[in-house]
Amino acid sequence: MREFLLGNEAIARGAWEAGVKFVSGYPGTPSTEIIETLAMRFPETNPRWSANEKVAFEEGMGAAIGGLRVLVTMKHVGLNVAADAFMVFPYSGTNGGFVVISADDPGMHSSQNEQDNRYLARVGKVPVLEPSDAQECHDFMIAGLELSEQFKSPVMLRTTTRLAHHKGLVEVGERREVEKKEFVRDAKRFSVPIYRLIRRPEVEKTLNALTDYAETCSFNRMEHNDNKSIGVVTSGIAYQYVKEVMPNAGVLRLGMTFPLPANLLREFCSQYETVYVIEEGEPFIEEYMRNLGITNLKGKEIFGLIGEYSPGRLRSALALGDPPKPFTEQVNLIPRPPMMCVGCGHRTVFAALKQLKVTVSGDIGCYTMGALPPYEAEHTTFCMGASIGVAVGLEQAGHEDTVAIIGDSTFIHSGIPPLIDAVYNKSQLTLVILDNSATGMTGSQQNPASGKNLLGEETPKLDLEAFCRATGVGSVEVVDTWQRKEIVNTIRRAIAYKGPSVVIARGPCNQLPEIKKRHVIPFIVEEELCTKCDACFKVWCPAITRTEQNFPVIAANECTSCTVCAQVCPTDAIKLAEAFA
Amino acid sequence: MNTYSLMFAGVGGQGSLLIAELTSLAAVSAGYDTKQTEVHGVSQRGGSVETHVRFDRVAKVHSPIITPGEAFAVIGLEKLEALRFAHYVDPKNGTIFINDHELIPASVADAEKIYPHETVEYLKSMGLRVIALPASKLARDLGDGRMANVVLLGALSTILPIPQDVWEKTIKHRIPAKYLEGNLKAYQAGKEMMS
Repeated sequence: MREFLLGNEAIARGAWEAGVKFVSGYPGTPSTEIIETLAMRFPETNPRWSANEKVAFEEGMGAAIGGLRVLVTMKHVGLNVAADAFMVFPYSGTNGGFVVISADDPGMHSSQNEQDNRYLARVGKVPVLEPSDAQECHDFMIAGLELSEQFKSPVMLRTTTRLAHHKGLVEVGERREVEKKEFVRDAKRFSVPIYRLIRRPEVEKTLNALTDYAETCSFNRMEHNDNKSIGVVTSGIAYQYVKEVMPNAGVLRLGMTFPLPANLLREFCSQYETVYVIEEGEPFIEEYMRNLGITNLKGKEIFGLIGEYSPGRLRSALALGDPPKPFTEQVNLIPRPPMMCVGCGHRTVFAALKQLKVTVSGDIGCYTMGALPPYEAEHTTFCMGASIGVAVGLEQAGHEDTVAIIGDSTFIHSGIPPLIDAVYNKSQLTLVILDNSATGMTGSQQNPASGKNLLGEETPKLDLEAFCRATGVGSVEVVDTWQRKEIVNTIRRAIAYKGPSVVIARGPCNQLPEIKKRHVIPFIVEEELCTKCDACFKVWCPAITRTEQNFPVIAANECTSCTVCAQVCPTDAIKLAEAFA
Repeated sequence: MNTYSLMFAGVGGQGSLLIAELTSLAAVSAGYDTKQTEVHGVSQRGGSVETHVRFDRVAKVHSPIITPGEAFAVIGLEKLEALRFAHYVDPKNGTIFINDHELIPASVADAEKIYPHETVEYLKSMGLRVIALPASKLARDLGDGRMANVVLLGALSTILPIPQDVWEKTIKHRIPAKYLEGNLKAYQAGKEMMS
């Protein structure tokens, strides 16, 4: 049977078929749909959202040494968070099959950097599989678990944005239950630091065995051509672009890109006059080949290092013709930047921060858009949880007016140790937690502050205010995020407070299913009272546009009844539709 | 030509992804090898959304991404987005469908003044085949302006090699019962505009 599946859905399907019994991860584009699909279609795989990627990896590690087949998912930068566990797991090796997804993002469609996690795998000595289409996402998921069990090694399945977010036809199968492996208490294997000297040679033994395996495994495939002028070494989705642009070239397709097969590469390159190395991301394969002494290569110097590849880009690089450029000559191709949703509770906070003219250290979430016009009220953003540490550092550098902002999910993910540290080191930190009870940017997933888990079951809701007080923060205030005056006043009080202070701006994300479903009475503009002062436009709500007579008009089917525009109207011309009727 | 490449362009929330998916599913049902991919930025809400669909009966479809200049059709749910992706059309054999509808980017200063209101005329002056359709207006007349996407799908279906019964079956299969009747009407209205 064939299904038309997203790369991520194909991975989920493969995991289910392979008898996976534990799945953990943290939402992150482009990996999120794997766990969402498992929750929706294959709950017997026991999927969950974890507090962060390190926790997810460690839970997966425990489940795998405990004997289950395991999948752990994260985006590329998530692996940085999990790296501590990732780097040590090969020292003990696994028991049940263990696959970790690293969803890399060439082009940085939704990420802060473009790191190529094949390098992390090399540092950790973890084998890497790179599928090239949705079918292989499915197949490599299953084969990855088998490989993991064969070599008792964790396996990285590296996807990229295009692979994860494209759909194709996938031949699917049925679930096959796999017997749980026995867990034997064995400190000499699983207590790595104490017995590290025993474990260290084992890591090299496994890696050597994997290197031999790479030479002959079916992940790597030669597609020879009679014309020996041009050969291509490629991996991942780039293989598809090569097949499209250079249908007659000889190809060595590497489905396993760590460890790399030296003999296979030498043999392939010896048969072709010129060999192109076409891989998205860093020159990971290319550098290895150059280090082998292979010289008839062309790679990054013509295809480039930065951004996503495409057939058009390959054609240009190979001088096979330049695709047409966008029409920008006579007409204005103005941008359409992303913006906060209608009724988003973050708006009032950014309006307040702008009004207070403070320095804002931001964090990862929808609220990174606070750095863009019209607010331009977020001045640093780096990585998950960095808002707090950066604010503490800025304070030490004399910028005491700094306010840190962080969402509830990001706070739970990486904001807790820096808050404890800020209190411990006597900072004057002012922290605003944007608590919308959801992991918003990736699609409003559940988290420990939402009171529900991935499967929608009730679960204890983290009491953020009690938690902050327990760290020693002296002033913790909770405020309704849609009360704009109260937001300003509360943040002002928090800044003035001597000692660390926290403001929790609370209000549910409008994208949560239960919020989307509720009945909303929209606001409308009573034109007789409207003086066209434009105050409501300064709320920057996308539901407010102009009539031909220049009156504001609120889109009734979009309005979330957040009240903010009515709060700013000096003539009370904005009213609930019901009241007007 | 063997591979049909289609580019769907719109603003997040307009339903360009839905009609791209309906097209892919119809192509799959009709026996074509099919690939689809969606490109969007940090937030899909209110930003540009582009969806690529490619299908082929004879050969395997390799790349899900279309190269500018090769699209058999560009389907723009909004003028500015149609213009942003118009260069993807095959200048000789391709068609650009444009919903005669403007969504002014709210967060761009003076957007109303600098918005490309003359998109249709400009693209025609470039020698391209452009079909401008009042899809939003038609959809509103049918009871819900949000069905403009399916009106455009009806128009698009008339130039694709997928049989009519497959289109209808796909729509019935994919659209929730509550919205089905309206969407079938919208689809029909789009088709009729092309006859």
